[in-house]
Amino acid sequence: MNKLIDALGRMFDVEATADLLGYPFVQQALLAAAALGLVSGVLAPLVVTRRMSFAVHGTAELAFTGAAAALLIGASVGVGALAGAVVAALLLGLLGQRDNERDSVIGAILSFGLGVGVLLLWMNPERTANKFSLLVGQIVGVDSADVTLLTSCAAVVLVAMAFLYRPLLFASVDPDVAAARGVPARVLAPVFSLLVGVATALGVHVVGALLVMALMVTPGAAAMRVTASPVTATILSVVFAEVAALGGIVLSLAPGVPVSAFVTVISFVIYLVCRGIGSARPRRSVAPTAARSGAQAVS
Amino acid sequence: MTAHPEPLTHQQAPPLHDSAVRLREAGLAYDSRTLWNGLDLDVEPGEFLAILGPNGSGKTSLLRVLLGLQQLSSGTVEIAGTAAHRGNSRIGYIPQQRALEDSLALRGSDLVGLGLDGHHWGMGLRGRARRKRRVAETLHAVEASAYAKTPLGLLSGGEQQRLRVAQALVGEPDVLLCDEPLLSLDLSHQRRVSDLIARQARESRAAVLFVTHEINPVLPLVDRVLYLVDGRFRIGTPDEVMNSETLSELYGTDVEVARVGGRLVVAGTDNEQDHHVHETEQK
Repeated sequence: MNKLIDALGRMFDVEATADLLGYPFVQQALLAAAALGLVSGVLAPLVVTRRMSFAVHGTAELAFTGAAAALLIGASVGVGALAGAVVAALLLGLLGQRDNERDSVIGAILSFGLGVGVLLLWMNPERTANKFSLLVGQIVGVDSADVTLLTSCAAVVLVAMAFLYRPLLFASVDPDVAAARGVPARVLAPVFSLLVGVATALGVHVVGALLVMALMVTPGAAAMRVTASPVTATILSVVFAEVAALGGIVLSLAPGVPVSAFVTVISFVIYLVCRGIGSARPRRSVAPTAARSGAQAVS
Repeated sequence: MTAHPEPLTHQQAPPLHDSAVRLREAGLAYDSRTLWNGLDLDVEPGEFLAILGPNGSGKTSLLRVLLGLQQLSSGTVEIAGTAAHRGNSRIGYIPQQRALEDSLALRGSDLVGLGLDGHHWGMGLRGRARRKRRVAETLHAVEASAYAKTPLGLLSGGEQQRLRVAQALVGEPDVLLCDEPLLSLDLSHQRRVSDLIARQARESRAAVLFVTHEINPVLPLVDRVLYLVDGRFRIGTPDEVMNSETLSELYGTDVEVARVGGRLVVAGTDNEQDHHVHETEQK
Protein backbone atom coordinates (compact mmCIF):
# COMPACT_ATOMS: atom_id res chain seq x y z
CA MET A 1 0.00 0.00 0.00
CA ASN A 2 2.81 2.36 0.89
CA LYS A 3 4.40 1.51 -2.41
CA LEU A 4 1.29 2.68 -4.25
CA ILE A 5 0.95 5.93 -2.30
CA ASP A 6 4.62 6.63 -2.86
CA ALA A 7 4.27 5.98 -6.60
CA LEU A 8 1.15 8.10 -6.95
CA GLY A 9 2.95 10.92 -5.15
CA ARG A 10 5.52 10.90 -7.92
CA MET A 11 2.89 10.75 -10.67
CA PHE A 12 2.71 14.53 -10.99
CA ASP A 13 6.43 15.04 -10.72
CA VAL A 14 6.54 17.14 -13.87
CA GLU A 15 10.28 17.59 -13.80
CA ALA A 16 11.05 13.88 -13.70
CA THR A 17 8.47 13.19 -16.38
CA ALA A 18 9.87 15.90 -18.65
CA ASP A 19 13.34 14.54 -18.05
CA LEU A 20 12.30 11.00 -19.03
CA LEU A 21 10.49 12.26 -22.12
CA GLY A 22 13.89 13.28 -23.46
CA TYR A 23 15.09 9.68 -23.70
CA PRO A 24 14.89 8.01 -27.13
CA PHE A 25 13.42 4.81 -25.69
CA VAL A 26 10.56 6.80 -24.17
CA GLN A 27 9.95 8.59 -27.47
CA GLN A 28 9.91 5.27 -29.27
CA ALA A 29 7.40 3.98 -26.77
CA LEU A 30 5.19 7.01 -27.39
CA LEU A 31 5.42 6.53 -31.14
CA ALA A 32 4.43 2.88 -30.80
CA ALA A 33 1.56 3.79 -28.50
CA ALA A 34 0.33 6.49 -30.88
CA ALA A 35 0.27 4.02 -33.78
CA LEU A 36 -1.55 1.46 -31.66
CA GLY A 37 -4.06 4.03 -30.40
CA LEU A 38 -4.89 5.06 -33.95
CA VAL A 39 -5.40 1.51 -35.21
CA SER A 40 -7.36 0.23 -32.25
CA GLY A 41 -9.46 3.39 -32.13
CA VAL A 42 -10.47 2.90 -35.76
CA LEU A 43 -11.29 -0.79 -35.25
CA ALA A 44 -12.99 -0.58 -31.85
CA PRO A 45 -16.49 0.63 -32.89
CA LEU A 46 -16.75 -2.18 -35.45
CA VAL A 47 -15.41 -4.69 -32.94
CA VAL A 48 -18.21 -3.63 -30.58
CA THR A 49 -20.90 -3.59 -33.29
CA ARG A 50 -19.89 -7.04 -34.50
CA ARG A 51 -19.78 -8.36 -30.90
CA MET A 52 -16.17 -9.42 -31.20
CA SER A 53 -14.93 -8.47 -27.71
CA PHE A 54 -14.43 -12.07 -26.73
CA ALA A 55 -12.75 -12.81 -30.07
CA VAL A 56 -10.28 -9.99 -29.36
CA HIS A 57 -9.55 -11.57 -26.00
CA GLY A 58 -9.02 -14.99 -27.60
CA THR A 59 -6.81 -13.56 -30.32
CA ALA A 60 -4.72 -11.77 -27.70
CA GLU A 61 -4.11 -15.03 -25.84
CA LEU A 62 -2.81 -16.66 -29.00
CA ALA A 63 -0.67 -13.64 -29.75
CA PHE A 64 0.79 -14.22 -26.29
CA THR A 65 1.44 -17.87 -27.17
CA GLY A 66 3.19 -16.80 -30.37
CA ALA A 67 5.26 -14.24 -28.48
CA ALA A 68 6.23 -16.85 -25.86
CA ALA A 69 7.31 -19.23 -28.62
CA ALA A 70 9.38 -16.47 -30.25
CA LEU A 71 11.02 -15.68 -26.91
CA LEU A 72 11.98 -19.33 -26.46
CA ILE A 73 13.58 -19.73 -29.88
CA GLY A 74 15.14 -16.29 -29.74
CA ALA A 75 13.06 -14.74 -32.53
CA SER A 76 11.46 -11.30 -32.50
CA VAL A 77 8.65 -11.13 -29.95
CA GLY A 78 6.69 -8.79 -32.22
CA VAL A 79 6.81 -11.23 -35.13
CA GLY A 80 5.87 -14.10 -32.83
CA ALA A 81 2.85 -12.21 -31.48
CA LEU A 82 1.81 -11.35 -35.01
CA ALA A 83 2.06 -14.97 -36.15
CA GLY A 84 0.05 -16.15 -33.15
CA ALA A 85 -2.67 -13.57 -33.74
CA VAL A 86 -2.94 -14.41 -37.44
CA VAL A 87 -3.29 -18.12 -36.64
CA ALA A 88 -5.93 -17.23 -34.06
CA ALA A 89 -7.86 -15.05 -36.51
CA LEU A 90 -7.81 -17.80 -39.13
CA LEU A 91 -8.90 -20.47 -36.63
CA LEU A 92 -11.73 -18.32 -35.28
CA GLY A 93 -12.74 -17.44 -38.82
CA LEU A 94 -12.77 -21.08 -39.94
CA LEU A 95 -14.32 -22.74 -36.90
CA GLY A 96 -16.58 -20.01 -35.63
CA GLN A 97 -18.60 -19.12 -38.73
CA ARG A 98 -21.88 -20.02 -37.07
CA ASP A 99 -23.16 -17.50 -34.54
CA ASN A 100 -24.28 -19.98 -31.93
CA GLU A 101 -20.92 -21.74 -31.95
CA ARG A 102 -18.62 -18.74 -31.93
CA ASP A 103 -18.47 -18.26 -28.17
CA SER A 104 -17.55 -21.83 -27.39
CA VAL A 105 -14.99 -22.04 -30.21
CA ILE A 106 -13.23 -18.96 -28.84
CA GLY A 107 -13.32 -20.37 -25.31
CA ALA A 108 -11.80 -23.67 -26.41
CA ILE A 109 -9.01 -22.06 -28.46
CA LEU A 110 -8.27 -19.36 -25.90
CA SER A 111 -7.70 -21.73 -22.98
CA PHE A 112 -5.58 -24.07 -25.08
CA GLY A 113 -3.43 -21.21 -26.40
CA LEU A 114 -2.91 -19.80 -22.93
CA GLY A 115 -1.89 -23.22 -21.63
CA VAL A 116 0.65 -23.72 -24.40
CA GLY A 117 1.99 -20.22 -23.76
CA VAL A 118 2.52 -20.95 -20.07
CA LEU A 119 4.36 -24.17 -20.99
CA LEU A 120 6.60 -22.28 -23.43
CA LEU A 121 7.46 -19.68 -20.78
CA TRP A 122 8.26 -22.42 -18.26
CA MET A 123 10.60 -24.05 -20.80
CA ASN A 124 12.40 -20.75 -21.22
CA PRO A 125 15.56 -20.57 -19.06
CA GLU A 126 15.87 -16.78 -19.48
CA ARG A 127 15.19 -14.08 -16.93
CA THR A 128 11.57 -13.56 -15.98
CA ALA A 129 11.05 -9.85 -16.67
CA ASN A 130 10.38 -10.40 -20.37
CA LYS A 131 7.99 -13.23 -19.66
CA PHE A 132 5.83 -11.18 -17.34
CA SER A 133 5.75 -8.31 -19.81
CA LEU A 134 4.04 -10.46 -22.43
CA LEU A 135 0.99 -10.65 -20.21
CA VAL A 136 0.85 -7.15 -18.79
CA GLY A 137 2.91 -5.22 -21.34
CA GLN A 138 6.16 -3.35 -21.12
CA ILE A 139 6.31 -0.70 -23.72
CA VAL A 140 9.57 0.85 -22.60
CA GLY A 141 11.19 -2.39 -23.73
CA VAL A 142 10.17 -1.69 -27.34
CA ASP A 143 13.24 -1.27 -29.55
CA SER A 144 13.49 0.55 -32.86
CA ALA A 145 13.02 -2.65 -34.91
CA ASP A 146 9.81 -3.26 -33.01
CA VAL A 147 8.66 0.29 -33.68
CA THR A 148 9.28 -0.18 -37.40
CA LEU A 149 7.28 -3.41 -37.43
CA LEU A 150 4.55 -1.86 -35.34
CA THR A 151 4.11 1.29 -37.42
CA SER A 152 4.24 -0.56 -40.74
CA CYS A 153 1.65 -3.08 -39.54
CA ALA A 154 -0.48 -0.20 -38.32
CA ALA A 155 -0.20 1.48 -41.72
CA VAL A 156 -1.28 -1.72 -43.50
CA VAL A 157 -4.30 -2.11 -41.23
CA LEU A 158 -5.32 1.53 -41.75
CA VAL A 159 -5.03 1.34 -45.55
CA ALA A 160 -7.05 -1.89 -45.57
CA MET A 161 -9.69 -0.29 -43.35
CA ALA A 162 -9.95 2.76 -45.61
CA PHE A 163 -10.70 0.41 -48.48
CA LEU A 164 -13.11 -1.88 -46.61
CA TYR A 165 -14.80 0.55 -44.25
CA ARG A 166 -18.11 1.22 -46.00
CA PRO A 167 -19.11 -2.34 -46.95
CA LEU A 168 -17.84 -3.55 -43.58
CA LEU A 169 -20.01 -1.03 -41.75
CA PHE A 170 -22.95 -1.94 -43.99
CA ALA A 171 -22.56 -5.67 -43.35
CA SER A 172 -22.11 -5.05 -39.61
CA VAL A 173 -25.11 -2.81 -38.94
CA ASP A 174 -27.52 -3.98 -41.63
CA PRO A 175 -26.60 -7.52 -42.73
CA ASP A 176 -29.81 -8.36 -44.63
CA VAL A 177 -29.81 -5.36 -46.93
CA ALA A 178 -26.02 -5.46 -47.31
CA ALA A 179 -26.31 -9.05 -48.55
CA ALA A 180 -29.09 -8.02 -50.93
CA ARG A 181 -26.86 -5.26 -52.30
CA GLY A 182 -24.13 -7.81 -52.98
CA VAL A 183 -21.75 -7.01 -50.10
CA PRO A 184 -19.63 -10.18 -49.70
CA ALA A 185 -20.07 -10.57 -45.93
CA ARG A 186 -18.56 -14.05 -45.93
CA VAL A 187 -15.29 -12.66 -47.27
CA LEU A 188 -15.32 -9.50 -45.17
CA ALA A 189 -15.75 -11.32 -41.85
CA PRO A 190 -12.46 -13.29 -41.93
CA VAL A 191 -10.59 -10.31 -43.44
CA PHE A 192 -11.78 -8.06 -40.62
CA SER A 193 -10.91 -10.68 -38.04
CA LEU A 194 -7.42 -10.82 -39.57
CA LEU A 195 -7.06 -7.03 -39.26
CA VAL A 196 -8.25 -7.23 -35.67
CA GLY A 197 -5.66 -9.99 -35.13
CA VAL A 198 -2.83 -7.80 -36.42
CA ALA A 199 -3.94 -4.87 -34.27
CA THR A 200 -4.26 -7.16 -31.26
CA ALA A 201 -0.73 -8.44 -31.78
CA LEU A 202 0.49 -4.85 -31.71
CA GLY A 203 -1.46 -4.29 -28.51
CA VAL A 204 0.21 -7.25 -26.83
CA HIS A 205 3.43 -5.24 -27.03
CA VAL A 206 2.05 -2.16 -25.36
CA VAL A 207 -0.52 -3.21 -22.80
CA GLY A 208 0.05 -6.97 -22.84
CA ALA A 209 -2.19 -9.84 -23.81
CA LEU A 210 -4.42 -9.62 -20.76
CA LEU A 211 -5.30 -5.96 -21.12
CA VAL A 212 -5.54 -5.50 -24.85
CA MET A 213 -9.31 -5.04 -24.61
CA ALA A 214 -8.70 -1.70 -22.89
CA LEU A 215 -7.65 -0.35 -26.29
CA MET A 216 -9.45 -2.64 -28.75
CA VAL A 217 -12.91 -2.59 -27.18
CA THR A 218 -13.40 0.01 -24.44
CA PRO A 219 -12.82 3.17 -26.56
CA GLY A 220 -15.37 1.99 -29.12
CA ALA A 221 -17.91 1.03 -26.47
CA ALA A 222 -17.44 4.42 -24.81
CA ALA A 223 -17.80 6.38 -28.06
CA MET A 224 -20.97 4.54 -29.03
CA ARG A 225 -22.53 5.56 -25.73
CA VAL A 226 -22.40 9.24 -26.66
CA THR A 227 -23.06 9.30 -30.39
CA ALA A 228 -25.09 7.36 -32.93
CA SER A 229 -23.09 8.61 -35.90
CA PRO A 230 -20.63 5.95 -37.12
CA VAL A 231 -18.12 8.58 -38.25
CA THR A 232 -18.25 10.58 -35.01
CA ALA A 233 -18.03 7.32 -33.06
CA THR A 234 -14.85 6.38 -34.92
CA ILE A 235 -13.25 9.79 -34.37
CA LEU A 236 -14.11 9.77 -30.65
CA SER A 237 -12.89 6.20 -30.33
CA VAL A 238 -9.50 7.17 -31.81
CA VAL A 239 -9.27 10.15 -29.43
CA PHE A 240 -10.14 7.97 -26.42
CA ALA A 241 -7.64 5.27 -27.44
CA GLU A 242 -4.87 7.86 -27.94
CA VAL A 243 -5.59 9.54 -24.62
CA ALA A 244 -5.48 6.18 -22.85
CA ALA A 245 -2.35 4.88 -24.62
CA LEU A 246 -0.26 8.08 -24.59
CA GLY A 247 -1.63 9.36 -21.28
CA GLY A 248 -0.96 5.98 -19.69
CA ILE A 249 2.68 6.04 -20.73
CA VAL A 250 3.34 9.65 -19.70
CA LEU A 251 1.70 9.21 -16.29
CA SER A 252 3.57 5.98 -15.62
CA LEU A 253 7.00 7.44 -16.33
CA ALA A 254 7.83 9.16 -13.06
CA PRO A 255 6.25 6.69 -10.62
CA GLY A 256 7.61 3.67 -12.53
CA VAL A 257 4.27 1.84 -12.33
CA PRO A 258 3.53 -0.63 -15.19
CA VAL A 259 2.11 1.22 -18.18
CA SER A 260 -0.87 -1.10 -18.51
CA ALA A 261 -2.23 -0.08 -15.13
CA PHE A 262 -2.60 3.53 -16.23
CA VAL A 263 -3.80 2.71 -19.76
CA THR A 264 -6.62 0.54 -18.45
CA VAL A 265 -7.60 2.98 -15.69
CA ILE A 266 -7.79 5.93 -18.12
CA SER A 267 -9.71 3.83 -20.65
CA PHE A 268 -12.16 2.69 -18.00
CA VAL A 269 -12.71 6.18 -16.59
CA ILE A 270 -13.49 7.46 -20.10
CA TYR A 271 -15.95 4.60 -20.48
CA LEU A 272 -17.69 5.40 -17.20
CA VAL A 273 -17.96 9.10 -18.06
CA CYS A 274 -19.40 8.24 -21.51
CA ARG A 275 -21.93 5.88 -19.95
CA GLY A 276 -22.97 8.68 -17.62
CA ILE A 277 -23.35 11.13 -20.50
CA GLY A 278 -25.14 8.51 -22.57
CA SER A 279 -27.78 7.75 -19.97
CA ALA A 280 -28.37 11.46 -19.39
CA ARG A 281 -29.09 11.94 -23.10
CA PRO A 282 -32.76 12.30 -23.99
CA ARG A 283 -34.23 9.08 -25.29
CA ARG A 284 -35.14 10.85 -28.50
CA SER A 285 -33.76 14.01 -29.98
CA VAL A 286 -37.07 14.87 -31.64
CA ALA A 287 -40.29 15.58 -29.86
CA PRO A 288 -42.45 12.49 -30.51
CA THR A 289 -45.37 14.68 -31.51
CA ALA A 290 -43.41 16.21 -34.38
CA ALA A 291 -42.54 12.79 -35.76
CA ARG A 292 -46.07 11.54 -35.40
CA SER A 293 -47.68 14.46 -37.18
CA GLY A 294 -45.18 13.95 -40.01
CA ALA A 295 -46.26 10.35 -40.32
CA GLN A 296 -49.94 11.18 -40.24
CA ALA A 297 -49.68 13.61 -43.09
CA VAL A 298 -49.00 10.66 -45.36
CA SER A 299 -51.93 8.41 -44.57
CA MET B 1 -60.32 -24.28 -64.63
CA THR B 2 -63.25 -25.21 -66.90
CA ALA B 3 -65.03 -21.92 -66.23
CA HIS B 4 -61.93 -20.04 -67.37
CA PRO B 5 -61.10 -21.09 -70.90
CA GLU B 6 -58.00 -18.88 -71.14
CA PRO B 7 -55.09 -19.72 -68.91
CA LEU B 8 -54.65 -17.18 -66.14
CA THR B 9 -50.99 -16.90 -66.89
CA HIS B 10 -50.79 -13.76 -68.98
CA GLN B 11 -49.40 -14.40 -72.41
CA GLN B 12 -48.39 -10.86 -73.29
CA ALA B 13 -47.06 -9.64 -76.59
CA PRO B 14 -43.38 -8.80 -76.23
CA PRO B 15 -43.26 -5.22 -74.95
CA LEU B 16 -41.48 -2.52 -76.94
CA HIS B 17 -39.47 -1.34 -73.95
CA ASP B 18 -37.61 -3.46 -71.45
CA SER B 19 -39.65 -4.91 -68.64
CA ALA B 20 -38.43 -4.09 -65.16
CA VAL B 21 -38.35 -7.82 -64.44
CA ARG B 22 -38.51 -10.58 -67.01
CA LEU B 23 -38.47 -14.30 -66.25
CA ARG B 24 -38.60 -16.86 -69.06
CA GLU B 25 -39.17 -20.58 -68.44
CA ALA B 26 -37.63 -19.97 -65.05
CA GLY B 27 -37.28 -22.88 -62.67
CA LEU B 28 -35.73 -23.30 -59.26
CA ALA B 29 -35.00 -26.62 -57.59
CA TYR B 30 -33.10 -27.61 -54.48
CA ASP B 31 -31.69 -31.12 -54.80
CA SER B 32 -34.72 -33.16 -55.76
CA ARG B 33 -37.34 -30.62 -54.70
CA THR B 34 -38.74 -28.27 -57.35
CA LEU B 35 -39.93 -24.96 -55.91
CA TRP B 36 -41.37 -23.73 -59.21
CA ASN B 37 -40.82 -24.37 -62.87
CA GLY B 38 -41.73 -22.82 -66.25
CA LEU B 39 -42.34 -19.42 -64.73
CA ASP B 40 -42.87 -16.71 -67.36
CA LEU B 41 -43.29 -13.29 -65.83
CA ASP B 42 -43.00 -9.70 -67.04
CA VAL B 43 -43.35 -6.92 -64.53
CA GLU B 44 -43.71 -3.49 -66.09
CA PRO B 45 -42.26 -0.24 -64.71
CA GLY B 46 -44.66 1.20 -62.15
CA GLU B 47 -46.52 -2.09 -61.68
CA PHE B 48 -47.28 -3.49 -58.21
CA LEU B 49 -47.05 -7.29 -58.05
CA ALA B 50 -47.92 -9.13 -54.85
CA ILE B 51 -46.22 -12.49 -54.38
CA LEU B 52 -48.30 -14.79 -52.21
CA GLY B 53 -48.13 -18.37 -51.10
CA PRO B 54 -47.58 -20.58 -48.07
CA ASN B 55 -44.21 -20.87 -46.36
CA GLY B 56 -41.63 -22.83 -48.31
CA SER B 57 -43.29 -22.11 -51.66
CA GLY B 58 -40.23 -20.22 -52.86
CA LYS B 59 -41.32 -16.58 -52.50
CA THR B 60 -38.13 -15.44 -50.83
CA SER B 61 -36.08 -17.66 -53.14
CA LEU B 62 -37.59 -15.80 -56.08
CA LEU B 63 -36.37 -12.53 -54.59
CA ARG B 64 -32.92 -14.07 -54.10
CA VAL B 65 -32.88 -15.06 -57.77
CA LEU B 66 -33.71 -11.48 -58.79
CA LEU B 67 -30.97 -10.19 -56.46
CA GLY B 68 -28.47 -12.50 -58.13
CA LEU B 69 -27.84 -14.35 -54.86
CA GLN B 70 -29.31 -17.58 -56.19
CA GLN B 71 -28.95 -19.19 -59.62
CA LEU B 72 -31.97 -20.44 -61.53
CA SER B 73 -31.99 -24.18 -62.23
CA SER B 74 -33.45 -23.44 -65.65
CA GLY B 75 -34.59 -20.48 -67.75
CA THR B 76 -33.50 -16.85 -67.73
CA VAL B 77 -34.01 -13.80 -65.54
CA GLU B 78 -33.49 -10.17 -66.53
CA ILE B 79 -33.65 -6.98 -64.51
CA ALA B 80 -34.27 -3.85 -66.62
CA GLY B 81 -32.92 -5.59 -69.70
CA THR B 82 -29.77 -7.16 -68.23
CA ALA B 83 -29.21 -10.57 -66.69
CA ALA B 84 -29.71 -10.64 -62.90
CA HIS B 85 -26.44 -10.30 -61.02
CA ARG B 86 -25.12 -9.75 -57.53
CA GLY B 87 -24.88 -6.15 -56.32
CA ASN B 88 -27.37 -4.87 -58.90
CA SER B 89 -27.82 -1.13 -58.47
CA ARG B 90 -31.11 -1.28 -60.41
CA ILE B 91 -32.74 -2.99 -57.42
CA GLY B 92 -33.91 -1.56 -54.12
CA TYR B 93 -34.60 -4.01 -51.28
CA ILE B 94 -36.87 -3.64 -48.26
CA PRO B 95 -36.54 -6.35 -45.59
CA GLN B 96 -38.79 -7.26 -42.67
CA GLN B 97 -38.76 -4.90 -39.76
CA ARG B 98 -36.54 -6.33 -37.06
CA ALA B 99 -36.00 -5.23 -33.50
CA LEU B 100 -32.82 -3.13 -33.34
CA GLU B 101 -30.69 -2.57 -30.29
CA ASP B 102 -30.82 0.83 -28.61
CA SER B 103 -27.03 0.86 -28.60
CA LEU B 104 -26.63 0.53 -32.36
CA ALA B 105 -24.57 3.51 -33.50
CA LEU B 106 -26.59 4.29 -36.60
CA ARG B 107 -29.10 6.95 -37.57
CA GLY B 108 -31.70 7.06 -40.31
CA SER B 109 -29.53 9.24 -42.49
CA ASP B 110 -26.67 6.72 -42.16
CA LEU B 111 -28.99 3.86 -43.08
CA VAL B 112 -30.20 5.66 -46.20
CA GLY B 113 -26.63 6.63 -47.11
CA LEU B 114 -25.56 2.99 -46.91
CA GLY B 115 -28.43 2.16 -49.25
CA LEU B 116 -26.95 4.59 -51.75
CA ASP B 117 -23.29 3.55 -51.73
CA GLY B 118 -22.66 1.19 -48.79
CA HIS B 119 -21.63 -1.59 -51.16
CA HIS B 120 -18.83 0.49 -52.69
CA TRP B 121 -15.22 0.02 -51.64
CA GLY B 122 -13.20 2.93 -50.29
CA MET B 123 -14.12 5.85 -48.07
CA GLY B 124 -16.29 7.67 -50.60
CA LEU B 125 -14.83 11.05 -49.74
CA ARG B 126 -15.45 12.39 -53.22
CA GLY B 127 -19.01 13.35 -54.02
CA ARG B 128 -19.94 13.69 -50.36
CA ALA B 129 -21.97 16.85 -50.90
CA ARG B 130 -24.01 15.23 -53.67
CA ARG B 131 -24.51 12.14 -51.52
CA LYS B 132 -25.71 14.22 -48.60
CA ARG B 133 -28.16 16.12 -50.82
CA ARG B 134 -29.57 12.93 -52.33
CA VAL B 135 -30.03 11.36 -48.88
CA ALA B 136 -31.79 14.48 -47.59
CA GLU B 137 -34.10 14.57 -50.64
CA THR B 138 -35.09 10.96 -50.19
CA LEU B 139 -35.66 11.35 -46.44
CA HIS B 140 -37.87 14.33 -47.25
CA ALA B 141 -39.81 12.33 -49.85
CA VAL B 142 -40.75 9.66 -47.29
CA GLU B 143 -41.37 12.35 -44.64
CA ALA B 144 -38.76 10.95 -42.31
CA SER B 145 -36.60 14.08 -42.05
CA ALA B 146 -37.82 14.80 -38.51
CA TYR B 147 -36.15 11.69 -37.07
CA ALA B 148 -33.29 11.23 -39.54
CA LYS B 149 -30.69 11.98 -36.85
CA THR B 150 -32.24 9.86 -34.08
CA PRO B 151 -30.56 6.55 -33.21
CA LEU B 152 -32.40 3.83 -35.14
CA GLY B 153 -32.97 1.68 -32.08
CA LEU B 154 -35.13 4.39 -30.52
CA LEU B 155 -37.57 4.61 -33.45
CA SER B 156 -40.89 2.79 -33.76
CA GLY B 157 -41.28 -0.08 -36.20
CA GLY B 158 -43.27 2.13 -38.57
CA GLU B 159 -40.63 4.85 -38.53
CA GLN B 160 -37.89 2.28 -39.16
CA GLN B 161 -39.77 0.86 -42.15
CA ARG B 162 -40.29 4.36 -43.52
CA LEU B 163 -36.50 4.77 -43.43
CA ARG B 164 -36.19 1.36 -45.10
CA VAL B 165 -38.33 2.66 -47.95
CA ALA B 166 -35.99 5.64 -48.29
CA GLN B 167 -32.96 3.34 -48.15
CA ALA B 168 -34.37 1.24 -50.98
CA LEU B 169 -35.40 4.22 -53.10
CA VAL B 170 -32.33 6.41 -52.68
CA GLY B 171 -30.46 4.72 -55.54
CA GLU B 172 -33.41 5.37 -57.89
CA PRO B 173 -33.98 1.69 -58.64
CA ASP B 174 -36.07 0.22 -61.47
CA VAL B 175 -37.25 -2.60 -59.25
CA LEU B 176 -38.28 -2.55 -55.62
CA LEU B 177 -38.16 -5.94 -53.90
CA CYS B 178 -40.07 -6.09 -50.61
CA ASP B 179 -39.71 -9.17 -48.41
CA GLU B 180 -42.60 -9.09 -45.93
CA PRO B 181 -41.95 -5.43 -45.05
CA LEU B 182 -45.19 -5.15 -43.07
CA LEU B 183 -44.56 -8.08 -40.77
CA SER B 184 -44.65 -7.09 -37.08
CA LEU B 185 -46.17 -3.67 -37.85
CA ASP B 186 -49.57 -2.75 -36.45
CA LEU B 187 -52.49 -2.26 -38.84
CA SER B 188 -52.28 1.50 -39.24
CA HIS B 189 -48.54 1.37 -39.90
CA GLN B 190 -49.05 -1.51 -42.34
CA ARG B 191 -51.34 0.71 -44.38
CA ARG B 192 -49.12 3.79 -44.19
CA VAL B 193 -45.95 1.95 -45.13
CA SER B 194 -47.55 0.06 -48.01
CA ASP B 195 -49.18 3.27 -49.32
CA LEU B 196 -45.81 4.95 -49.15
CA ILE B 197 -44.11 2.15 -51.07
CA ALA B 198 -46.78 2.17 -53.78
CA ARG B 199 -46.85 5.95 -54.13
CA GLN B 200 -43.07 6.33 -54.26
CA ALA B 201 -42.71 3.47 -56.71
CA ARG B 202 -45.37 4.89 -59.00
CA GLU B 203 -43.75 8.32 -58.98
CA SER B 204 -40.33 6.93 -59.85
CA ARG B 205 -41.74 4.32 -62.29
CA ALA B 206 -40.23 1.47 -60.29
CA ALA B 207 -41.82 -1.97 -60.40
CA VAL B 208 -42.72 -3.38 -56.99
CA LEU B 209 -42.48 -7.09 -56.17
CA PHE B 210 -44.06 -7.41 -52.78
CA VAL B 211 -43.74 -10.72 -50.93
CA THR B 212 -46.43 -11.09 -48.30
CA HIS B 213 -48.45 -13.84 -46.65
CA GLU B 214 -51.39 -11.48 -46.16
CA ILE B 215 -52.79 -9.63 -49.17
CA ASN B 216 -55.37 -7.45 -47.40
CA PRO B 217 -53.11 -4.57 -46.31
CA VAL B 218 -51.95 -4.12 -49.93
CA LEU B 219 -55.10 -5.26 -51.78
CA PRO B 220 -56.11 -1.79 -53.03
CA LEU B 221 -52.57 -1.22 -54.37
CA VAL B 222 -52.00 -4.50 -56.15
CA ASP B 223 -52.07 -4.66 -59.96
CA ARG B 224 -51.34 -8.37 -60.25
CA VAL B 225 -50.78 -11.35 -58.00
CA LEU B 226 -48.29 -14.18 -58.34
CA TYR B 227 -49.56 -17.02 -56.16
CA LEU B 228 -47.13 -19.89 -55.52
CA VAL B 229 -48.19 -23.22 -53.97
CA ASP B 230 -46.09 -26.39 -53.97
CA GLY B 231 -44.53 -25.87 -57.39
CA ARG B 232 -47.80 -24.64 -58.97
CA PHE B 233 -48.49 -20.96 -59.58
CA ARG B 234 -50.99 -18.50 -61.01
CA ILE B 235 -50.43 -14.98 -62.26
CA GLY B 236 -53.26 -12.51 -62.75
CA THR B 237 -55.24 -9.65 -61.29
CA PRO B 238 -56.42 -10.12 -57.71
CA ASP B 239 -59.90 -10.98 -58.98
CA GLU B 240 -58.52 -13.57 -61.39
CA VAL B 241 -56.39 -15.32 -58.80
CA MET B 242 -58.03 -14.71 -55.46
CA ASN B 243 -61.20 -16.71 -56.04
CA SER B 244 -62.39 -20.03 -54.66
CA GLU B 245 -61.95 -21.92 -57.89
CA THR B 246 -58.39 -20.88 -58.69
CA LEU B 247 -57.11 -21.26 -55.17
CA SER B 248 -58.86 -24.64 -54.78
CA GLU B 249 -57.03 -25.83 -57.87
CA LEU B 250 -53.70 -24.40 -56.69
CA TYR B 251 -53.96 -25.98 -53.26
CA GLY B 252 -55.59 -29.18 -54.55
CA THR B 253 -58.23 -28.93 -51.85
CA ASP B 254 -61.43 -26.98 -51.24
CA VAL B 255 -60.62 -23.34 -50.60
CA GLU B 256 -63.27 -20.69 -50.02
CA VAL B 257 -62.58 -17.05 -50.81
CA ALA B 258 -65.05 -14.46 -49.63
CA ARG B 259 -65.02 -10.68 -49.83
CA VAL B 260 -66.02 -9.19 -46.50
CA GLY B 261 -66.11 -5.39 -46.41
CA GLY B 262 -63.27 -4.88 -48.86
CA ARG B 263 -61.17 -7.64 -47.29
CA LEU B 264 -60.50 -11.05 -48.72
CA VAL B 265 -61.08 -13.94 -46.36
CA VAL B 266 -59.47 -17.18 -47.47
CA ALA B 267 -60.57 -20.34 -45.70
CA GLY B 268 -59.21 -23.84 -46.09
CA THR B 269 -55.58 -23.20 -46.99
CA ASP B 270 -54.31 -23.95 -43.47
CA ASN B 271 -52.71 -20.58 -43.93
CA GLU B 272 -54.69 -18.64 -41.39
CA GLN B 273 -54.05 -21.06 -38.55
CA ASP B 274 -50.37 -20.95 -39.39
CA HIS B 275 -50.01 -17.21 -39.54
CA HIS B 276 -48.86 -16.74 -36.00
CA VAL B 277 -46.48 -19.65 -36.25
CA HIS B 278 -45.02 -18.19 -39.44
CA GLU B 279 -44.52 -14.79 -37.96
CA THR B 280 -42.45 -16.11 -35.11
CA GLU B 281 -40.60 -18.68 -37.17
CA GLN B 282 -39.34 -16.32 -39.83
CA LYS B 283 -36.10 -14.99 -38.41
